[in-house]
Amino acid sequence: MAESIKIRAAQQGEWTEIRILMRHPMENGLRKNEAGQVLPAHFIQTFQVLHNSKVLIDGQLNTSVSRDPLFAFRARGIKVGDKLAVSWLDNQGVQRSDEISAS
Amino acid sequence: MEQWRRRFLARSTAAVLLPWLGSGLVLPGRVLAAEWQRNAFTSRQVAEALKAYGTPTPQEVRDILIQAPEIAENGGKVDVEITVNVPGARSLAVFADRNPFPMCLSLDFAPNVQPYARMQLKLAESTRLRAVVKAADGKAYVAFREIKVTLGGCAA
Repeated sequence: MAESIKIRAAQQGEWTEIRILMRHPMENGLRKNEAGQVLPAHFIQTFQVLHNSKVLIDGQLNTSVSRDPLFAFRARGIKVGDKLAVSWLDNQGVQRSDEISAS
Repeated sequence: MEQWRRRFLARSTAAVLLPWLGSGLVLPGRVLAAEWQRNAFTSRQVAEALKAYGTPTPQEVRDILIQAPEIAENGGKVDVEITVNVPGARSLAVFADRNPFPMCLSLDFAPNVQPYARMQLKLAESTRLRAVVKAADGKAYVAFREIKVTLGGCAA
C-alpha cells in the first residue's frame, strides 16, 4: 500500500502555493543492493493535481526525480473549502490518490 | 537492464491506463491524462529527447529563470526552481544533459496555474540543465544553467 500524499495549500493574496509530497522510492533500475542484484526500476510516471475535479497540472516523471518527489506550484482562484486532489501512478501499476480542502 | 527495459516498455501502455479504469479518475467521456512519453523519457541523448518531446530546436530566451545551486554536494537531491515569464507558456520540461536519461519531467499547466515549479532532481554528474517551454503560439523556448555535482546521484 502506497503511503499517503501530503498536500498543503497556502494562500498568498490571489495566488495559492500548493506543496505536494509523494512518498515513493523512485528507484531508477540502475542501482544494486548489497548482494549485487539490480533493484528493479520503480518510479512514478504520471501525476495530476485537481482543483474541484478540474485538472490544474498534468505531470510526467522520469527516474531522475528524487526519492519522495516534492513539488511546489502556484495557482489562482482557489477558495477556502475548495477540494485539491493529487493522484499518481507508477510504472508497476501502483497508484495513490489523496484530497484536502483548502483552508 | 536492456531486458528489463524491453519488458517494461512492452507493458507500460496497458500498465499506465488500466489501473485508472474504475478508479473514478477516468470517467467515460472524459479526456484521459496523456500517456507517459516513453520515447522522450527513454532517449539517452539530449538531442533525441528534445526531438521526441516535440521541441527539437527551442529558441533561447531570458524569460525562463532557473534557480539552482551552483555546486550541488548531493546529486541525489538537487533543489531546482523554475519561473517562466514567456507569455502563453503552458508546458515546462526539464532536461539534464549528462544524465543517463536526460529528460527528467514534464508539466502541463491549466490557464489559472502560474508556469512555475519547485522540484528535486537526481543529477548523475556535473551537467547543463535545460528548461524547455512550449507556448500557446506553438513555439518552444529554452534556458540553460550549469550545475556542478560533487557526489553523483546514484547514476541518476
